[in-house]
Amino acid sequence: MSPLLAGLLQLLALVAALALAYRPLGDHMARVYTSTRHLRAERWIYRAIGADPSAEMRWPAYLRAVLALSLVGVLLLYALQRAQGALPGSLGFHSIDPDQAFNTAASFVTNTNWQSYAGEQAMGPLVQTGGLAVQNFVSAAVGMAVAIALVRGFARSRTGELGNFWTDLVRGTVRVLLPISVVGALVLVACGAIQNFAGVHAVGQFMGGAQQWSGGAVASQEAIKELGTNGGGYFNANSAHPFENPTPLSNLFEVFLILLIPTALTRTFGRMTGSVKQGYAILATMAAIWLGFTALMMWTEFAHRGPAFEIAGGAMEGKETRFGVAGSSIFAVATTLTSTGAVNSFHSSYTGFGGGITMLGMQLGEIAPGGVGSGLYGMLVMAVIAVFIAGLMVGRTPEYLGKKIGVRQIKLAACYLLVTPALVLGLTAAAMALPTPGDSMTNAGPHGFSEILYAYTSAANNNGSAFAGLAADTPWFNTTLGIAMLLGRFLPIVLVLALAGSLAEQRSVPATTGTLSTQKPLFSGVLVATILIVTGLTYFPALALGPLAEGLAS
Amino acid sequence: MTNTFPGTTTRLLGAGLRALLVLTLVCGVIYPLAVTGAAQALLPGRANGSAVTSGGRTVGSELIGQGYDLPAGKGQGAPGPDLRWFQPRPSNGLAANSVNTRYDLLVSGATNRSGDNEELIRWVTEAKAAVVADNSVPGHRIRPQDVPPDAVTSSGSGLDPHISPAYAELQVHRVAQRNHLDAERVAGLVADHTEGRTLGFAGEPRVNVLKLNIALKELVDAG
Repeated sequence: MSPLLAGLLQLLALVAALALAYRPLGDHMARVYTSTRHLRAERWIYRAIGADPSAEMRWPAYLRAVLALSLVGVLLLYALQRAQGALPGSLGFHSIDPDQAFNTAASFVTNTNWQSYAGEQAMGPLVQTGGLAVQNFVSAAVGMAVAIALVRGFARSRTGELGNFWTDLVRGTVRVLLPISVVGALVLVACGAIQNFAGVHAVGQFMGGAQQWSGGAVASQEAIKELGTNGGGYFNANSAHPFENPTPLSNLFEVFLILLIPTALTRTFGRMTGSVKQGYAILATMAAIWLGFTALMMWTEFAHRGPAFEIAGGAMEGKETRFGVAGSSIFAVATTLTSTGAVNSFHSSYTGFGGGITMLGMQLGEIAPGGVGSGLYGMLVMAVIAVFIAGLMVGRTPEYLGKKIGVRQIKLAACYLLVTPALVLGLTAAAMALPTPGDSMTNAGPHGFSEILYAYTSAANNNGSAFAGLAADTPWFNTTLGIAMLLGRFLPIVLVLALAGSLAEQRSVPATTGTLSTQKPLFSGVLVATILIVTGLTYFPALALGPLAEGLAS
Repeated sequence: MTNTFPGTTTRLLGAGLRALLVLTLVCGVIYPLAVTGAAQALLPGRANGSAVTSGGRTVGSELIGQGYDLPAGKGQGAPGPDLRWFQPRPSNGLAANSVNTRYDLLVSGATNRSGDNEELIRWVTEAKAAVVADNSVPGHRIRPQDVPPDAVTSSGSGLDPHISPAYAELQVHRVAQRNHLDAERVAGLVADHTEGRTLGFAGEPRVNVLKLNIALKELVDAG
């Protein structure tokens, strides 16, 4: 069997597995976020928080709760890293410097998981398991909560109420993320991912002498790292490390976990708005982009254009033997079209076009299928834009799911679209204009520029993967990337919740024969085109200087 | 945010702090401990790193690559490969690391060099020449186009435990000659240790270098 055919079969297996999980998980999440019953453990948690789980929140209250939790999260994680050297359970790891501690705290709270440190060198078990892995759950649950609030905005009418943030946070964690993570972690252990508290210890080698092994609660962190589209690896090599991702099956399983919740949330969206077909239309849009990108990635990686790859006879630099070109390409696309940023192979050593595909994937706003929650709300904002454009073409007031898309809605959606490109392009330009940031580049020419463009793209879109040749542990990069992550996460959330509030206040208007049908393939097509054109126009000049120049030269 | 006043903000931050502490207890303490307990009870071998023993001692993990080099000479820089044993992939991503030399774990990582990077072009070219030179034995010439890509490129982790079947087969004649073994028997060993794709389609065919060398050692010791 040719490697390409094997790759296509792996893709098919993924589609089948995701299709099987789609309805049960999507329906389960719809019940989780609409149920009026509280589990006993949840009641205990609400008492500890001091929150009334049944109190409805309007959008400003919902937003304040999101921001309060996140602010506390950043401060707590920062303090934990700064104090690491003095805390028990750190096993000899030192405290982290202020700029890197800020960067890492911002990174994990925003679901980015950009890592300017090397896990096995910098972070002890206490910080990894008690700090970083906790934010893997919390940041994912926050993303889901905001997405659900937007869905409620479409589903409810003549009320400003969007639900209760604390309830959504706790239920998302307890009823969705935790149970799947437990099962996922045990599957990964069965494949060979480690799960212990052994610390750093020496193990004998074949030729004599000893190898240093880092122990840790790796499988439990790995499961939520993928499921919560976080991406921060226990080890520096992330999911390329055999202790994180030991076999071809664990590799497919990790890609499955990455795509699981973002795809199933379209079902939840359909359920909660009363039409699963609306969910299918969104899902079809996501699937079309995902499959298209994966096909392009396999094409360019198997073609292995580029001087070093042509001498080697294949693009295996930075890729593991057990995954090969196909298994690596599938992972690379899934991780950059979601907000994951975990890597099983190193994107900096992909072909010029391959690196460009990973960047473009993030620049689409990570909506195909996107991060947990953030993918759905990002895609729904794009749907609002698409409806608006289609409405202009036929000269009718645009409506989506029975809600009029008026001036306020379009202003909010347009601002949403502008936030990340402004951060990415502005900060990239600043870094290129200043004298020192360029010293961090490992590669010269277009690829050096790509390293910096990639870094800000990844940070502002909360992805977290890197063209890791960039030596990003400098005060400049730690600070600016940290700011990009925070603004790239929370400004869109402000706009989405404001949009949700404005929609929830509206009355639902009944569909008429003149209403654009948003559940047909035609609408999915319009949506795909809108996404590609808007992103293409925004980023083409920057991409032309980096990956396109590199790809065309090879 | 205009309708907040200090009291509400403090209350809200307090709620956020308490929520985070409770979730830390659930997700940062109970969850990892429960998974560790279950993993250690059900699958202790895997949960602790899939160690491999040979001749009564632990010789590494079946999942982690290691070096098969000659003892390092005094002040001569990196030791050369011990050509009696099957060689793993290059690991240039780890070489420059201050904490670490190749395959000594602690810090994993890739080279992150692009396809047009001068250094990578030189590494690949030199690795290819070395593979051709090392493996060409009397009566068995290796041509540059026979060298598979994994033999001259570094992996993502720098700890790749596998090589492609093509690279293992390419090393057969050299290994047989250095150990005074019949090439047919060594080729048989490679065939026995070649894993196909999982379920027929997942991943790529591969050979675990540690397991192959252990079997080779047994063959050598048996004479």
